[in-house]
Amino acid sequence: MNAYASSSAMTARPVDGGHPSTAYFSTGAGEKKRKPMLEAVDSRLRLVVCWGFALAVIGLTQLPALLAALALAGFAAMAARLKRAATLRHMVAFDGFMLFVLLFLPFTVPGEVVFSLNGVSASREGLLHAAGILLRSNAVMLMILALLGSMEPVELGHAMARLRLPAKFVHLFLFTVRYIEVLGREYRRLRVAMKARGFRVRCNPHTWRSIGYLFGMLLVRSIERAERILAAMRCRGFQGRFHSLTEVKTMDRRDYAFTGLSVVAGGALIALEYW
Amino acid sequence: MAHIPDGVLSAPVLMAGAAVSLAGCAYGLWRLEAERIPQAALFAAVLFVAALVHFPAGPSSVHLILSGLTGVLLGWAAFPAILVALLLQAVLFGFGGLVVLGVNVMSVALSAVLCRALFLAVARSGNHRQTVMAAGLAGGIGVVLTALLVSLALALSGQAFATAAKLVVLTHIPVAVIESIFSAAVIGLLLRVKPEFPGLTLVGGKRE
Repeated sequence: MNAYASSSAMTARPVDGGHPSTAYFSTGAGEKKRKPMLEAVDSRLRLVVCWGFALAVIGLTQLPALLAALALAGFAAMAARLKRAATLRHMVAFDGFMLFVLLFLPFTVPGEVVFSLNGVSASREGLLHAAGILLRSNAVMLMILALLGSMEPVELGHAMARLRLPAKFVHLFLFTVRYIEVLGREYRRLRVAMKARGFRVRCNPHTWRSIGYLFGMLLVRSIERAERILAAMRCRGFQGRFHSLTEVKTMDRRDYAFTGLSVVAGGALIALEYW
Repeated sequence: MAHIPDGVLSAPVLMAGAAVSLAGCAYGLWRLEAERIPQAALFAAVLFVAALVHFPAGPSSVHLILSGLTGVLLGWAAFPAILVALLLQAVLFGFGGLVVLGVNVMSVALSAVLCRALFLAVARSGNHRQTVMAAGLAGGIGVVLTALLVSLALALSGQAFATAAKLVVLTHIPVAVIESIFSAAVIGLLLRVKPEFPGLTLVGGKRE
């Protein structure tokens, strides 16, 4: 339900956000001492490589290349130490309409008949097409979760800032990340209050209206909060720039190794496709 | 929010979506004054949380798309705000994808901007009832527009998707009904509790 609940459940990282000098003081009980390998890699690099991987994979059509891409993403997920159960749940949870897309493909693509259902025949080409979509989307999603989902959203914001994305966009991103947590907490509090008064979510206009009032109330509170934030920012002389709390590090040996590995892997995928 | 995953759509559709979204985001950011960023981010966060609520509908459940309400509240800032929301959903939950982000942002944010215009046109006279009705209309039409854009992206990506594209629109009709009542409730409450709410002040002869 809440973004932060599931993101932290998914990433298994020290609570301090992975700052090198404080990682050893992590209070996360029962967590492994060694940091995942990927965490040491520059966040900008992870963003760029993830983007490149997605671009390469959506162009793949051959089954061996697609399987290799999925294996690569699985390897990255292991290197990032993603929680297996949560990741699998994310992988099977498609938006409902994607199910239609996949289910109808075997029947709408013409080709060699494999089996038929109530007089409608499924084609080999259609099945392959559906399998291709399933492999491509899962490979990209797994790579996103491994390379980007494993960092704090704030770190992603700083990575985008250092990649020279517009400052206004980065600020919007960072503010939104922060407020999702705040408002998510407030939302759950209001829901508990509604539950205490006997409210149950059903399929009727009363439910839809009540949840609407709840979010209306959240908006009213948020606008008052926005006024306070703006006043606080003015008071501190905000000049359109945030100071990053993480040190700006230069590329080190590990980053170069990661870059080299990514380029080789990408080349191998493309080679498999056009073999 | 609408999420087509990566690896479904064809290259021309992806590029067209990216171009529209890039232009929309650039314009939206240009119009968004630095002072309004915290407010836009707060609205975006409220809508992000609201999009995660699941409503039971028959045997399954649906979640809101909120393009109409986003448009009413944010105007052109809907483009960058929705980009942020969809990027976060991709990174945190694995919904959608990266390259397809342009198409997904377009299908939500373009409907949002259109719904804003519709809302302002209908709510012009500014009495309470009419404004609430306009919000309901924007909420419902927003879902339909988003579904149409998603199905258009699918249909243009290949003949094979034609059936699925039609079904996308059909399955979104219940969502449109729920969201219409939801949006009317949100705006109705805002009008009663805080009539000077930003975005609503353009309505009904009150000064900007």
